Amino acid sequence: MNRFFLSINVRELVRPLGQLTLFSLGSAAALSIIVLIMALVLDQTIIGETLTEKLNVSLYTYTLINLPQVVLDGLTIGFVYAAIALGYTMVYGVLEFINFAHSEIFAVGAFVGVEILIALDQTGMLRNASLGMAYVFLIFAILAGMAAAGALAVTVERVAYRPLRGAPRLVPLISAIGVSFLLQDVIRLVEGLTTGDFNRIFPTFGNFDQRIIFGKLALGSTNLTLGVSIKSLIVIISAVLMLVGLNYLVNATRIGKAIRAVAQDRPTASLMGINVNRIISITFLVGGLLGGAAGVLYALKFTRIDPFVGFFPGLKAFAAAVLGGIGNLTGALLGGIVLGMLETFAGSYMGVFTMGAAGSEYKDIFAFSILIFVLIFRPQGLMGENVGQKA
Amino acid sequence: MAPLFFKALLEKLNRGFWPYIIILSHTILGTSLVYSTPRSNVAFLVLITSLFSLYYFKTDSRFKIIAGAILALVVIPIVGVRNIFYLEVIFQISVFAALALGLNIVVGFAGLLDLGYVAFYAVGAYLWAFFGSQQYYVLSFAPGTQPSNLPFLLPGDAFYLFIFFAIIVAALTGILLGMPVLRLRGDYLAIVTLGFGEVIRVLANNLDKPLNFTNGPQGITPIQRPSMPQAVADWFNDLFGGIIGHTASIADLYNVMFYLFALLVIIVIIFVTRRLDDSKIGRAWTAVREDETAAIAMGVPLVKMKLAAFAVGASFAGAMGVLLAASRTFISPESFSFMQSIGVLSMVILGGSGSIPGVILGAATVTILNLQILQGFSLYLSELRQSDAIIPIINFAWRDLSTQLDPAKYQRLLFGLILILMMIFRPAGLIPAKRRKRKLASDTATAEK
Repeated sequence: MNRFFLSINVRELVRPLGQLTLFSLGSAAALSIIVLIMALVLDQTIIGETLTEKLNVSLYTYTLINLPQVVLDGLTIGFVYAAIALGYTMVYGVLEFINFAHSEIFAVGAFVGVEILIALDQTGMLRNASLGMAYVFLIFAILAGMAAAGALAVTVERVAYRPLRGAPRLVPLISAIGVSFLLQDVIRLVEGLTTGDFNRIFPTFGNFDQRIIFGKLALGSTNLTLGVSIKSLIVIISAVLMLVGLNYLVNATRIGKAIRAVAQDRPTASLMGINVNRIISITFLVGGLLGGAAGVLYALKFTRIDPFVGFFPGLKAFAAAVLGGIGNLTGALLGGIVLGMLETFAGSYMGVFTMGAAGSEYKDIFAFSILIFVLIFRPQGLMGENVGQKA
Repeated sequence: MAPLFFKALLEKLNRGFWPYIIILSHTILGTSLVYSTPRSNVAFLVLITSLFSLYYFKTDSRFKIIAGAILALVVIPIVGVRNIFYLEVIFQISVFAALALGLNIVVGFAGLLDLGYVAFYAVGAYLWAFFGSQQYYVLSFAPGTQPSNLPFLLPGDAFYLFIFFAIIVAALTGILLGMPVLRLRGDYLAIVTLGFGEVIRVLANNLDKPLNFTNGPQGITPIQRPSMPQAVADWFNDLFGGIIGHTASIADLYNVMFYLFALLVIIVIIFVTRRLDDSKIGRAWTAVREDETAAIAMGVPLVKMKLAAFAVGASFAGAMGVLLAASRTFISPESFSFMQSIGVLSMVILGGSGSIPGVILGAATVTILNLQILQGFSLYLSELRQSDAIIPIINFAWRDLSTQLDPAKYQRLLFGLILILMMIFRPAGLIPAKRRKRKLASDTATAEK
């Protein structure tokens, strides 16, 4: 037993925690400063005056008081993006291939988790569950979603990607787009046939919908309650656990070493006795597991899911992976957090800053604009090394 | 044994005067079937496939052109006015064939995967929708609050002018988008074009404030059509009224007109594509597609060539957009979703990227699958649902079948399957591009040496 504990590489456990804290605080601070400066500048203009008229509060105070909530929301969605982005980035690192179907693997995870909880809800077990049991059920749903998504990811790789290995770059990508579309409709078909409705709602149970209230802040003539909902906390904590676990797997175990070797140089890794096909399967499995868990967490946070739920989170997570430097695990964490923050900041403040002309409805295209800018000015991403295209 | 037998049979039939007989009998059979049973899907398929026997069998090229022209310009309008649903299907096939041919320039020739192709289509459609409707005077009204007696900004005949404007605007959009992103490698480009497609859709959805440019999710209506003089209608009815069996209304004739416009665009695209393919630009595209590094080393201006492909492809989509806006008199952001882009892509992939007859075949197949076979299947299922029939062995009553099972709504499944299966089993498509054949031929030639 003692030897087991001694063999744990503590550094690899602490390092990602440090990185996550650093990235979260850093991006939160940077963005806060930007919006505060913008608020200060705009305060004296007509924008500030309109707001003062409407809410009886200066733009600067409005921005400042909303900040903690925005940061928390941004962090929650950022961690979900990071968990999905890791799936893209791992597959890209190993195969140099955008696994377009990853967003549907995420959706399948969400559906399996939610369906299990709905089934439990119908037996009445959820409503009568004690607080402890509620968490057990939630963990069970997350694990089931992970298992289903992981199995699906491996199957998809085996069926639709492996026969195409070695083909021109666009061939597996087109196949992946096909898988993505196919899976969307398969989810819809299965849900439509079994339940008659493909919009599923995460059942209410446990204390997940409650909020921990820190206090109230006066915002002009109204009050703003400052708090964090328990489900956001659950999302953040589970995501951190997964990210740390993944980091450990990749950086401190034999399998991780094999994955890194295959990513670096597939033929040589194969010569060194690594079973490349097995490692690629494991990569898809790990990506799928993370995606599935992210799916259930997403359903917990946003309650309502439909078969196309994966599309936008998937694309944004891809943008996050590119932002951080695709193929780079730490980069995916950074990209996810930064993108989640940016998006939430834009969604919360753009409406006020532009006097309602462009509000949160442009949130979805924000990620793409960032993606395009990153690709123009720093195609290797924030943390990626400048590598040319592999032949 | 069987495939060999068929191959031998086809080769035997493809000699001498046999092709003429087959083509003529196929066309006449299809025409008379459609004419006598205007509601049958099978009859329609027989008529449409006669186009492909026309393509497949070797005949004198003058015969091909004349037969094709009669089929496209006389038979189809008459049959189409007789049963307007056929005309709708054929119009859709022509629109998608034109789009697929445009995308084919980008994907098939230059090898750039464009997942947001429909965005250019949207640019064209919204261009005419804005200038060809009352939208200019609606600018200051929120959607749904405008008075009903607003004038139109431009006369309907400005449509012809706007086809050219749309070509220019769409090409410029393509260049503007392409300039920064075409330096990227292929798979990044795919994602960025996808993002661009979504940006256009979100903009169309949300640009109803502060100024109401697009009328938001409700879409713009009514959009004007070019004028159609009564004389044309009278002439058409005098000529064909007897065969059709009823007097064609102006609405019917508009459908024929837009079908002919789409046909014209297709012919222009085919012409431009073939000329380009045999030109210096076409060879540069092939070089870029096959090996970028080697192309650069050979002095091919990479970004310029990619931009050219992007702009040419985009401009055709823009023209088709104007056509769509005018023919539908209504457009909304829903018509320009990501699914449409993938639909067009699956047509290109199914038919064979880089191959003109292949792409047309792909467009026809996917559109017919979509509009006729899936919908026919849906109708059949809903009939079963209303009947008292029961599946014997598992004892399942059809009426208990979920109403969610509506095959017409499962286009994504169709597109997805096409993409995966084609990539795994036949990546060159149903009718592979000629250039690939030429390459193989030279390979064997060098092997023989």
